[in-house]
Amino acid sequence: MIAIENLTKVFKQGDKEVVAVDNLSLNIKKGEIFGIIGYSGAGKSTLTRLINRLEEPTSGKILIDGTDITKLRGGKLRKARQEIGMIFQHFNLLWSRTTEENIAFPLEIAKVPKKERQKRVQELIDLVGLSGKEKAYPAQLSGGQKQRVGIARALANRPKVLLSDEATSALDPETTNQILDLLVDINKKLGITIIVITHEMHVIRKICDRVAVMENGRIVEQGDVIDVFTNPKQHITKKFVEQLMTAPELEGEFSETLANIERSGKVLRLQFKGAKTNESLISDVSKRFPVDINIIDAKMTNTKSGLLGTLIVQVKGDKSEIEQAENYIKNASVDVEVIRDDT
Amino acid sequence: MTLDWTNLDVEKLIEATYETFYMTLISVAAVFVLGILLGLLLFLTDKGGLWENRIINFIVASFVNVFRAIPFIILILLLFPFTYFLIGTIRGPNAALPALIIGAAPFYGRLVEIALKEIDKGVIEAAQAMGAKTSTIIFKVLIPESLPALVSGITVTSIALIGYTAMAGAIGAGGIGAYAYYAGFQRRAFDVVFISTVIIVLIVFLFQFVGDFISKKLDKR
Repeated sequence: MIAIENLTKVFKQGDKEVVAVDNLSLNIKKGEIFGIIGYSGAGKSTLTRLINRLEEPTSGKILIDGTDITKLRGGKLRKARQEIGMIFQHFNLLWSRTTEENIAFPLEIAKVPKKERQKRVQELIDLVGLSGKEKAYPAQLSGGQKQRVGIARALANRPKVLLSDEATSALDPETTNQILDLLVDINKKLGITIIVITHEMHVIRKICDRVAVMENGRIVEQGDVIDVFTNPKQHITKKFVEQLMTAPELEGEFSETLANIERSGKVLRLQFKGAKTNESLISDVSKRFPVDINIIDAKMTNTKSGLLGTLIVQVKGDKSEIEQAENYIKNASVDVEVIRDDT
Repeated sequence: MTLDWTNLDVEKLIEATYETFYMTLISVAAVFVLGILLGLLLFLTDKGGLWENRIINFIVASFVNVFRAIPFIILILLLFPFTYFLIGTIRGPNAALPALIIGAAPFYGRLVEIALKEIDKGVIEAAQAMGAKTSTIIFKVLIPESLPALVSGITVTSIALIGYTAMAGAIGAGGIGAYAYYAGFQRRAFDVVFISTVIIVLIVFLFQFVGDFISKKLDKR
């Protein structure tokens, strides 16, 4: 769908040259939600702006459905831009226009006749959940509502791709979640490819299928979100994953907690890796085997493709029963590690 | 000095008021259009603008700076040949118009430029990202988004223009300024000077009021 090949962007600042995007290659599949995460200055925003040619690349290619958009000029470029919707951190709405007029703006640019325009605007208002706010000006809307207008506007011309540049970074956590849910919803309903630029791991975790980690203009690590999360290779990726869940053992208090636990049975570390993890695993185990399970510490998070995290439990009971329980858990595709064995 | 109103010629006063309105309104309309053109040109050709062009920017900026620097009373005199060529006379309200417009348009052009610079760059970028042409950006983003500032700018400019008409009046253009100077000051008829001043002040208030009202109506922020 989107193929980026050896893309480089160099900014000249006086005599100095700053490489914002450095020989970057990337493939994004049709219909997926692809996340690009990095700290500020990593070059993520420049990358998005290169995708819709708000910036001219220094070298390299960007193929969208086989068309190299770096080669387009004038009218053809403008036409191509209509097929790429974009939403922004600060919404960038026209304050002189109402909700419906803002959403109609890209349709006016695409010269859609007035009747059709009104129909499309109403569809979009329903899609993003803004009914009743048609005549409101941006100044009368909350941040979340403004971003909904931004999303409706970006979708007006039925683009193939939606670029989201830190679209939730100016919103509070609850509104962020609502907007993220809306993006997933749109992705499912319309099958549109979404590229999400963010510095928040939470956003990636909640909505992305695949993720690329960006540092110094390069992609240092990429893959399915669950793989990158459970097995981060680069230092920077590990730091991002830590944002979400610090392994309990790493926290100072844990050894103290462990020392205070009665020496009996086994202390296990269960590593959940999404996919087919049974959510009622623990109660399952305690029903099937005559063992007591005591949860000592947990750090869990929900991703788009399942539960992810670490659970530390003490399993007490007969030695053979504990072993059977252990095997049962292993078969549920959960990694098990014995921290302390007092059987 | 007494104000006994014996010198007052109401008919002349009304005619003078009409002339002042005439000069002000026509020049305000022309300055609004010309100033927006100049302001857009300054804004678009500036560094990082959509038509970035150093040479055109330099030429327009120089023109604006030179005409803003010339004192108005000198400008009228300098423009006598041009006015004569254009209007066929150098007397009367029409003859004042070229000087009024050329004197005020550069000033307003700068105000327009400032108003355009106030627009959030992100909004212009969003329009570009939607595939908008520059002309679409001018008419559907730049002008509507800066309209309240454009209106308050033209309000300030129109008040300066009312002052200019009085100056132009003193050298033959007519209007309240001329009436106050010739029928009032030169004949020591201070009642005429007084009433003229009151009327000028009222006209200024009226323009300010209307300008503020429209600007407020347009401002949806």
